[in-house]
Amino acid sequence: MTAIPGDRLIADITGTAPATLRSRHLLGIDGLDAGEIQLILDTAEAMKEIGTRSVKKVPTLRGRTVVNLFFEPSTRTRTSFEVAEKRLSADTLSIATAMSSVTKGESLLDTVRNIEAMAPDMIVIRHASSGAPHLLARMCRSTIVNAGDGMHEHPTQALLDAFTIRAHKKRLAGLKIAIVGDLLHSRVLRSNLLLLKTMGAEVWTCGPATLIPAGLERLGPRITTSIDEAVEGADVVMMLRIQQERMHGHFFPSVREYFSLFGLTSERLRRAAGDVIVMHPGPMNRGVEIDSEVADGASSVILEQVSNGVAIRMAVLYLLAGRDTAGNEG
Amino acid sequence: MSVTTRLIVKGGRVVDPATGTDGMFDVLIEDGVIRRVGKDLPVDGAEIYEVPRGAVVAPGLIDIHVHLREPGQEHKETVATGTASAVAGGFTAVACMPNTTPVNDHAGITQFILKKASEAGLARVYPIGAVSLGQKGDQLAELGEQKAAGCVAFTDDGHPVATALLMRRALEYAGMLGVPIIDHCEDPSLKGDGVAHEGYYASALGLRGIPGVAESLMVERDVSLAELTGAHVHIAHMSARQSIRAVRWGKDRGVRVTCEVAPHHFTLTDEALEAPIKYDTNLKMNPPLREAADRDAMLEGIIDGTVDLIATDHAPHHADEKMVEFDRAPFGIVGLETAVPIVFDRLVHTGKIGLSRMIALLSTNPAAVMHLAGGTLAEGSPGDITVLAPDMSVTVSAAALRSKSKNTPFDGWTFRGGVAATIVAGRIVYRA
Repeated sequence: MTAIPGDRLIADITGTAPATLRSRHLLGIDGLDAGEIQLILDTAEAMKEIGTRSVKKVPTLRGRTVVNLFFEPSTRTRTSFEVAEKRLSADTLSIATAMSSVTKGESLLDTVRNIEAMAPDMIVIRHASSGAPHLLARMCRSTIVNAGDGMHEHPTQALLDAFTIRAHKKRLAGLKIAIVGDLLHSRVLRSNLLLLKTMGAEVWTCGPATLIPAGLERLGPRITTSIDEAVEGADVVMMLRIQQERMHGHFFPSVREYFSLFGLTSERLRRAAGDVIVMHPGPMNRGVEIDSEVADGASSVILEQVSNGVAIRMAVLYLLAGRDTAGNEG
Repeated sequence: MSVTTRLIVKGGRVVDPATGTDGMFDVLIEDGVIRRVGKDLPVDGAEIYEVPRGAVVAPGLIDIHVHLREPGQEHKETVATGTASAVAGGFTAVACMPNTTPVNDHAGITQFILKKASEAGLARVYPIGAVSLGQKGDQLAELGEQKAAGCVAFTDDGHPVATALLMRRALEYAGMLGVPIIDHCEDPSLKGDGVAHEGYYASALGLRGIPGVAESLMVERDVSLAELTGAHVHIAHMSARQSIRAVRWGKDRGVRVTCEVAPHHFTLTDEALEAPIKYDTNLKMNPPLREAADRDAMLEGIIDGTVDLIATDHAPHHADEKMVEFDRAPFGIVGLETAVPIVFDRLVHTGKIGLSRMIALLSTNPAAVMHLAGGTLAEGSPGDITVLAPDMSVTVSAAALRSKSKNTPFDGWTFRGGVAATIVAGRIVYRA
C-alpha cells in the first residue's frame, strides 16, 4: 500500500487509538470498540483535509478494485462511497439492482461469487435484508463493507454522524443526544445507539408508540413519546426519516398528525441547548419530520454530514485496505 | 402357507406407560404383532435381538408432525428419505403434513403417499389431509373421503385454519368422523411479514418480529371453538407462554384440546440468532424461537402435563434455499434424528421428567391423540419397538443425517442419550 501524504498526520492524531481495525470487514458498529471508533474518526480528519485540496486525489488504493453493490436505491450513500473510492484512486465499479442478475432469479451468493471471480478487493453492499453483509462475510473472500442492511445497521452513517458531532462539540461522552422518528425500521438508529453508547453519550429516543421496537431499552437509550422531553436541553437533535408508506401499516394516522406530534419545529427546538446542532441522515421529508425553517436554519449541519460522509468512507476503506495488506504480509 | 416370523427382543428394561410395565422382560413379536412380554421367553427358533446393556425397550416412538415433502418437493425430502430419517431417530411411525405440491386434499394423493411409504418399507406413515381445498381456507376438502383413504387428522399446517367459521365447521365435521383438527395457530395480521420472535434480539438484528400473542390469540379462538363444538382440537408446535396458559385453561374446564411442543422450542431461544453465527437461517422456523420465559413455559408445560406430546415439526429444506438472506429463507428445520438425544439430554438427564413420561410424550400420547394403533407393547399391538440408549453419546453431524436435507441448528452438538435400534412390525429397520 502506498503511503499517503497524510500518514504522518494520522499518526500524530491517533494518539492512544489502536493502529488498525481488528476485523477485516466493516459489518456494523457492533464489534467495534471505542479505540477503533476513535481510530476511524481520527483517520477521517486526515482524509477530510484531502477533500480541501485543489487536486483531491491520493494514490493510496491504486490498483485496488472496489465494487459497490447496491440492491436498494441510494443516491447519497452510493455517491459518497464512489467519491471516497475515487479520491483514494481505487478502481471502482457500481452495480445497482436494476442492472444486476438479481432480477433474473440469481441468488445473492451467486451474484457475489460471480463478481468475486473477477477478483475485487472490497465489496461495499447495500441490501434490503438485514444480515446480507454478514452472509457474504461468512461465505465470500472479499472484504465486505456494510453500506446499510435492512433495518439492522448503517455503520458509516453512524461514524459520519459521530464525526460531525465531534467537530462541533469536541467530544461525544456526556452529550445529550435526541433521536426522533421511526425507531422501528431505522438502521441509522441502531448503528448510532451502538456507537453513542460505546462513546458514552446520553441518548434519548422518541417516536410514536407504534414505531418503538420491542426491547429497545436493552440497547441503552432513554425512551419517550414526547418530543419536547427528548429535545429538552439536548446538545444534538437527530431526526429520522418517516416513510409515508408506514401509514398503511397503521403506524400513524396521517402525515399531518405525525408532524403535529413529532415534527421538529423552531419552537420545539428552543427547548434544546443554545448551541444545539440538528442532524438528519437523509433523504429528508420537509414538513413531515422536520420543518424547512429548521432544516435550513443556523443549527442545521445536515449538508455538513454529507461532506463528512466522504471523509469517513475514505477512512474506512483506507483502514480496511491497510489491514488487508498487513494480513497478506503476515 | 406362509412361514411365521418371530423376533425376540431379549433382556432389556421394558417401559410401557400404557400398561404400567417397567421391568426386565423379553418381548416376542410374531408376524409383526406383539405376542408376549415376559421373563425368559423361549427362543424356539425365533430371531433374537439382544438388547444392549443399559438400554430401554419402549413402544415405537411416533412423530405426528413431519413434512415428508412428497409429492412435489422431492429436492427437500421424499417419503423414502424421510422415513429413513425417522427410523434413524427412533420413530417407528410418522404423520405427514399435507402442504405438499399439490396439497394433500384428495384421496388420490393420500393413496400415493401410502404407496410410497409401503415401497420404502421403513416407518409407518399416516397422512394428514388438508382441512380446506389447496389449504386456501375457502372450501372444506372432502374429509370423509380422505379419512377413508387413510388420513388420520386434518390441518392446513403452514397456515392457520383461516377463519373462525371454517374452523368451527371443520371441528364439527371432523368430530363426526372421529378425528382431530390440528391447527397451526398464528394470526396472519399480527404475524405480518415477521421472521423472528418480536423482542430484543429481533430488534437488535433488524428482523421483523412476530409476537407470541400472534400464536396465543388463535389458540384461544380454537379452544373456544372446541368448547362450542365439543370436538377435538390439537394445537401444533406451541411456542409462546401465552399459548400454554390458554391450553391449560381450556383443559381445566374440560375442553377437548391437546397440544405439542417441538424440541427446539424447549431447548433454544432467540438469543441464538446473535451468536455464534449471526443470522443463521437454520434458526429460522415458524413459530420462531422465542425468549427464555417462553422456553421455560414449554418446559413447565411438559412437566405439569399441559403439553401432551413432543413432535418435531421436521421441515426439510434444501441447502440452496437456506443459503440466502435471513428474511428470504424458508421457515423450518429437520428434527427427526435429533429429537431423542435432545429429550434425553435436556429433559430426562436434567431430572425434569422421568423415562416413563418421556415415552408417554413420544409414543403413548401421540398414538392416543391421533387414535393410532401402537404407543404400547400390550399383546396384539403393532410390533413396533424403539430401543433407547439413555447413556449413548450422540454428536450431531448435519452431513451424516439420513434426511435429504441438512438444515439443523444442532450440527456439532453433543447430547447424552440416543437410539440403539428401531423395530417396525417385528423387523429391525435401524441399528446404531
